[in-house]
Amino acid sequence: MAGNRVAVVGIGQTHHRAARKDVSMAGLVREAAIEALEDAGMTWSDIDAVVIGKAPDMFEGVAMPELYLADALGAVGKPMMRVHTAGSVGGSTSIVAAKLVAAGIHERVLTVAYEKQSESNATWGLSVPMPFAAPLVAGAGGYFAPLIRAYMYRSGAPRNTGHLVAVKDRLAALRNPKAHLHLPDIDLKTVEESFLLWDPLRYLDVCPSSDGAMAMVLGSEQVADASAGSVAWVHGMAMRSEPTMFARRDQINPQAGKDCAKDVYAQAGITNPRDDFDCAEVYVPFSWYEPMWLENLGFCAEGDGWKLTQDGATAPDGDIPWNPSGGVLSSNPIGASGMVRFGEAAQQVRGRAGDYQVELKTGKALGHAYGGGSQFFSMWVVGSDKP
Amino acid sequence: MRDVAVVSFVQSAVARDAEHNEVEMLVPTLHAAVAESGIPKQDIAFVCSGSLDYLQGGPFAFVSGLDAVGAWPPLRESHVEMDAAWALYEAWVAIQTGEVDSALVYGFGKSSPGDLHEIMTLQYDPYYVVPLWPSMVDMSALQARAYLDASGRGEDDLAEVAARAQRNGRSNPYAVRAGDLSAGDVRARPVTHDPLRDDDIAPITDGTAAVVIAAGDLARSVCERPAWIRGIEHRIEAHSLGVRDLTTSESTRAAGAAAGVANGKVDVAELHAQFSHEELILAEALGLGGDTAINPSGGPLASNPVMSAGLIRVGEVARRIWSGEAGRGVAHATSGPCLQQNLVCVLEGGGN
Repeated sequence: MAGNRVAVVGIGQTHHRAARKDVSMAGLVREAAIEALEDAGMTWSDIDAVVIGKAPDMFEGVAMPELYLADALGAVGKPMMRVHTAGSVGGSTSIVAAKLVAAGIHERVLTVAYEKQSESNATWGLSVPMPFAAPLVAGAGGYFAPLIRAYMYRSGAPRNTGHLVAVKDRLAALRNPKAHLHLPDIDLKTVEESFLLWDPLRYLDVCPSSDGAMAMVLGSEQVADASAGSVAWVHGMAMRSEPTMFARRDQINPQAGKDCAKDVYAQAGITNPRDDFDCAEVYVPFSWYEPMWLENLGFCAEGDGWKLTQDGATAPDGDIPWNPSGGVLSSNPIGASGMVRFGEAAQQVRGRAGDYQVELKTGKALGHAYGGGSQFFSMWVVGSDKP
Repeated sequence: MRDVAVVSFVQSAVARDAEHNEVEMLVPTLHAAVAESGIPKQDIAFVCSGSLDYLQGGPFAFVSGLDAVGAWPPLRESHVEMDAAWALYEAWVAIQTGEVDSALVYGFGKSSPGDLHEIMTLQYDPYYVVPLWPSMVDMSALQARAYLDASGRGEDDLAEVAARAQRNGRSNPYAVRAGDLSAGDVRARPVTHDPLRDDDIAPITDGTAAVVIAAGDLARSVCERPAWIRGIEHRIEAHSLGVRDLTTSESTRAAGAAAGVANGKVDVAELHAQFSHEELILAEALGLGGDTAINPSGGPLASNPVMSAGLIRVGEVARRIWSGEAGRGVAHATSGPCLQQNLVCVLEGGGN
């Protein structure tokens, strides 16, 4: 990884819910930030800079909300930045913040990502009619369902593969007190019998709309070494983007995702992700994206992703747990979801994941986020040991 | 810190571009900026942009903007929902980590299709201020009055700034408002938002801007006289106007001090002042005196393509350094109501 060493020294997140009517947007981000500061053993005055991220402003109706949130996040008198890279933004925001430390500019950076979806309606927020553009009025699910059908056709995956992921991640979420969805009675039958939204996606194959925020304090090597608690070292971080569409673009298995994984694995010395990671927190907003990203991220050969899911390899007790926190399928504050993945990966290698802690063997975990039309990717590798 | 320089700068601006969308406006700007940099496009290692969804009226302005770049093979790319001057900052940070040696930075926006001053109302506290629906001009008029009352200056001083901006704009091909105007001419026009006149308020502008920055030897190899970034800093203040001293700009002062504005003579300053009184407040906060040419391009009062107007300040200083017209200059960018957030960039020619 380029630059100075960086570590996650504090993590906080809200309870994710369909509607957090008990807090304003400022109250929501503050709840996560205060928990991260307490975890880091710091106060607001210890922080050098604040980097905030969220998905489109139209999800809440506030333009450039970093301006309004500056006071709530203790940023007054400090540098503050606002990142927006679509669904990958929670990951990208973490990386922009980490680079401020890697570059030697700051010692302690607070980074926060949030979405308060109850302020608006994301499906309609994504479907604003634009001049000269065909109005899809489809939201994200309508956009991705045809890509999933293409994956099914291409791979020959059994039709219940997605449902298996939907059940697995919801059962995992039962061990995560902060997850939005707690569905103790979910099984294959309830998923199969939930109503059809966008073929092949049924209601329970789809992530919820959540209010929530995630925050991390990133520190320099000096800060991390002085930290009283365990830290997660950043072993690699990378971002890649490609256009939404053009002839020859593989939207099922995008090149940008493969390039991003290759880059971050090279930085972190990962040669076989299935063996080299203890777990992965991967952005799976629709159940079928688990097998699709297993292939894109090189956890198996192309066409074999569904086999890992079918074999239970990605379950919490499998050989390579994916989304032991319950993942995006259990909590989806969109702009924060990527940072939740990055932060949950860090909690695992810190040994701080509570009831959903995986066994640490290599001490390394992957955090992943994607956005747009499967075109924006951000990833990091975190580890228990100093790189 | 690694030495990083601005090696190319291209902009476009018109009062109203009814014929092109943002991507169509960006394509020639980006291609020219890359061509003028002398660095092959495939060698530019990082891309970062600034734009505002609410200006486009859709949820992903930057996604379509990326189509103008031609992001294939896939790029290291990022975006800030801020003026592109902050995209420049992010790119500068990426170079400082050592990960990349060069970056393309751009901003774009069309203010003409909507009502810019009311769109910007959506920046305010959504619970307590937005329901009152003050426009950005309403808010700035309050600041202008507070500044005049505190400083002892008057509307003549505002008119001097407004008139000079339009006179300077005559030599700027991207000025959308320019003319041989005197302060008296401005004073003769009606006050629209007491104490502001239309000439005190930046004109509606559609436009784009792009710069290429490069580190050390790469910059030297492609640019005869690179404009080196000697300091780039930004600070934010409280959001509520009621808890800030509107008659000064503390965040500009702090950013300017950290960036080292006072470490040498400032030949030229380009200030992102969207209102006449903002230029006076900013010049005071940065300690700029009579030997500094302020906004020789005419500044935002002559041309104000929102989301790139801050980056354009950097470009306007850089091109005066390339030409030898200036040895050292200061560029400033702002975001938020009444100068809430400010970035200061010190640029120098020569030295290394």
